[in-house]
Amino acid sequence: MITLAGPSLVRPMGFRPRLARRRLVGRVFAILCLVAGLVAVLVLGALLWHICRQGAELLSVHFLTSYESTLEPLTSGIKAPLWGTIWLMALTTILTVPVGVAAAVYLEEYASQNRLTRFIHLNIANLAGVPSVVYGLLGLTVFVRWCAFGRSVLAGAAALALLVLPVVIIASREGLVAVPKSLREAAYAVGATRWQAIRHHVLPAALPGILTGVILALSRAIGEAAPLIVVGAVAYIRAVPSGLRAPFSAMPIKIFNWSELAAPEFVRLAGAAILVLLGVLLSMNAVAVGIRAWQQRHKTW
Amino acid sequence: MATAAQNMVAAGRRPEATQALRLAALVAARGPAAPASTAAEPVIRAERLTIRYGEFAAVREVSLDIAPAQVTAIIGPSGCGKSTLLRAMNRMNDFIERMSVSGKLLYRGGDVYGPAWDPVELRRRIGMVFQRPNPFPKSIYKNVAWGPMINGYRGHLPELVEQALRKAALWEEVKDKLNESALALSGGQQQRLCIARAIAMQPDVLLMDEPCSSLDPIATRHIEDLIDQLKAQYTVVLVTHNMQQAARVSDRTAFLYLGELVEVGETSRMFTTPDNPRTQDYITGRFG
Repeated sequence: MITLAGPSLVRPMGFRPRLARRRLVGRVFAILCLVAGLVAVLVLGALLWHICRQGAELLSVHFLTSYESTLEPLTSGIKAPLWGTIWLMALTTILTVPVGVAAAVYLEEYASQNRLTRFIHLNIANLAGVPSVVYGLLGLTVFVRWCAFGRSVLAGAAALALLVLPVVIIASREGLVAVPKSLREAAYAVGATRWQAIRHHVLPAALPGILTGVILALSRAIGEAAPLIVVGAVAYIRAVPSGLRAPFSAMPIKIFNWSELAAPEFVRLAGAAILVLLGVLLSMNAVAVGIRAWQQRHKTW
Repeated sequence: MATAAQNMVAAGRRPEATQALRLAALVAARGPAAPASTAAEPVIRAERLTIRYGEFAAVREVSLDIAPAQVTAIIGPSGCGKSTLLRAMNRMNDFIERMSVSGKLLYRGGDVYGPAWDPVELRRRIGMVFQRPNPFPKSIYKNVAWGPMINGYRGHLPELVEQALRKAALWEEVKDKLNESALALSGGQQQRLCIARAIAMQPDVLLMDEPCSSLDPIATRHIEDLIDQLKAQYTVVLVTHNMQQAARVSDRTAFLYLGELVEVGETSRMFTTPDNPRTQDYITGRFG
């Protein structure tokens, strides 16, 4: 027993601890990470401050509820693009959610894990990374021309729906995968069919995850200008969309259009419009955060 | 007749003998064995049943009869295929990719894997209780009522729910909070709720896959007492890695090792004078 405490154990041979040096490397790395984190926050802060200075004083109920004025730009409002964006988001949701969730349910619950399924998975993941302007071109060909929707709000929403569909499918699949196997087994064990198990147990359990994914996908779509321009959204219109086939504008397009013009009042208008867009975006994200918090509280199985 | 334990004491292998004596005592404490089962028609019959996952045969050429109104325990070390065998009986293995079955598995004379039984109807008649309690994240009432509801039960649902909860010895504890979440119950209560959920389907057979393995000793005791009462009405097949449990509650015991059925017989005999030396080694704790 005493030999165990011999000198070779008190001063282990063959190690070079260099503790001070290792701790220093760790501290340097932590500081680098902090700086990287601050860069993102500072840039966002600078951007917000700049835009607020440009556009905050133009923000008013009047700005939200009136059309654009070419004669007196500073009395312009963004009623048409704002309503265009609301229409687009509503239609995109209606078009995407059923298809996206159904596709995810098929892939996750019904499809067997064969080559075809893996091929589809891979393709969906790739589609999520395709540049949005490509979806605009696809929308122009398929919806505007072949389906003869014209340059309408429906065609715009359909193009956006294609754009966010892969994201919705991926988010929904993740929601479904997170549902424990034991819950499905419990349902099958009392004589449920596959659809009964999905309808009553799997989908309700996956719903919060799916909703979060849908809202995040929509917050991507709301800022898109490129596909809408290709599909044929207009920058200047004095009308709220009156139906699915009506011409439309959207907030990112109006912002792009205003910021291109030279006169300083247009820069102020663009700033105010950006603030409205950010407001819409942040409230959508707040809904996503709320859903996730609700999910945390209720997921206890 | 010398028991395995006495043989071992004679051979001077004391530590193993202690466990064997304890098991023999448990079996003896239960009084006379249940009437011989061979006369009755088996509820479930496996004939040279082999179950493979891909190339790997988890269950090999098992032939086993499950007698009615008895508790049959399936014991064996981890990975011996006992859960696989149990889950084949109500086709719970169907959801595993690359699972294949050969040989025969008959339930009430009809081939479980043939056209005789629709798997959904089969699972209504052969209920299952799982290793970990898995209540639906819904109310206590809905946990029990959902199965009968989706299967078109035409009677009075609240009455059925009460009956099932009473049979599962849970009614007194939950009767005032039927609309509260089942997830608020303790582990043992959740497992009894899962038993009630299975009973509400008025099953013919109850399959239990290590139902006490996640429970404390008191909750385990509750479930074991329950199993003892249930066998009057239902045929129970119990998978357990706990030999004391098999000795306490089962009428017949099957010992599975490396996917093969080593020995099956009356529990009282299996734990005192097993035929096969491997059974003896296992129940005396020399491996497993």
